[in-house]
Amino acid sequence: MPFKISRINIDEQLRQKVKEISGENFQLCYQCGTCSGSCPMSEQITVLPRRIMALLQLGQREALEAANTPWVCASCNMCMVRCPRGIDIARVMESLRQLKLRKNVNQIEPSNIKKEDIENLPQIAMVSGFRKLTS
Amino acid sequence: MKISYYPGCTLKTKAKNLESSALACLDLLGIEYAELPRWNCCGAVYSLSDDDLIHLIAPVRDLIRVQEQGFDTVLTLCSMCYNTLARANELMKNDEVKRGTINDFMDEEPDYKGAVKVVHFLDFMRDEIGWDKLRDKVKNPLKGMKLAPYYGCTLLRPGDVSIDKSSNPGIFEDCMKALGAEVVRFPMANECCGSYQVLGNPEAALKVSHEIITDAISNGAEAMVLTCPLCDYNLGHRQEEMLSRSENAKGLPVFYFTQLMALALGAEPADCNFILNRKISLEFLKSKNLLEKAYAQK
Repeated sequence: MPFKISRINIDEQLRQKVKEISGENFQLCYQCGTCSGSCPMSEQITVLPRRIMALLQLGQREALEAANTPWVCASCNMCMVRCPRGIDIARVMESLRQLKLRKNVNQIEPSNIKKEDIENLPQIAMVSGFRKLTS
Repeated sequence: MKISYYPGCTLKTKAKNLESSALACLDLLGIEYAELPRWNCCGAVYSLSDDDLIHLIAPVRDLIRVQEQGFDTVLTLCSMCYNTLARANELMKNDEVKRGTINDFMDEEPDYKGAVKVVHFLDFMRDEIGWDKLRDKVKNPLKGMKLAPYYGCTLLRPGDVSIDKSSNPGIFEDCMKALGAEVVRFPMANECCGSYQVLGNPEAALKVSHEIITDAISNGAEAMVLTCPLCDYNLGHRQEEMLSRSENAKGLPVFYFTQLMALALGAEPADCNFILNRKISLEFLKSKNLLEKAYAQK
């Protein structure tokens, strides 16, 4: 999706918030794309992690909110161990999730989970899934 | 030597086969262990938000329990528990400011400074038993079994809590070799199985799991061994779904590595709770005559 880059549409508040929650400096990213190449979910996400970093650098809230990337991220940390700039990208994804979850909005509704899934899933799946995807 | 043992939630229910077989191994190796009294859920995932300390309370409380019992090491079996406890411990060791906040918050508990060492069953075997000693203890070698060890994410990443090198590790392969198995290395052994996305995006998780299974099979694996109950669910229990999606797809038996280790060390098959594995896994054991050997020995 093309968008206009100008000083006017850089969301400075978003950039600050992500830095604050993640503790990571995404400005260090030099767009090598190692994270995108390492991401096991690259086929399923609408915006690759390299582009997420670029969108953050440019403070593009709308494009970031439209991306499914943080919600498909499984926090596997492959991007993090390979990033040549030492950015913990999993933490950046977490901060993007938190921006929504902290407004008391759930990504998945626990009450919609099928009964047989609740019976079959291991506890760690439920605990980690709720930690990551519900407010 | 005596060690403190932290089971975690899943090992008491869905992954009883992981716990019972691992404890049988410890018994056969002559290692005394004590289950941590009053343990609580570790939270399954380590908090990745810089300003979120409340989710560290659960794992730190467990570590305080270990210290309280007079132990300096805690043994974990589940990869996710290992990762969460080990990362919480690193933070308590290295981040003075956050350590202070957490200790002040839990004013009913003694202060904790990260003195406990968190180990996983695999690095415990390597560092405390050693592969040579383990090899000597094997009664029923896993001969002729082509096993693909699958690490997943949480044993290897991030680097500061990795039980081996984060990329191209060898600890799991060494362990299975010591038990007499033929090890199959495959490129996706440390890729993610989809983890908790089984809740959020089950289709996406199924796709990556399917790729991992296909990769192991195409590299010649007859069975997969792993350490994490969530990987076991994604890679093992969801195989029926994978198979129903694609033609000519083959299933792959999946075991907790401790189950095969226990058989190799001469444990009763009942200790391995194979009943919780899928049918294909049992058929595989029968085809290798491993269960018969284990029964004959008794």
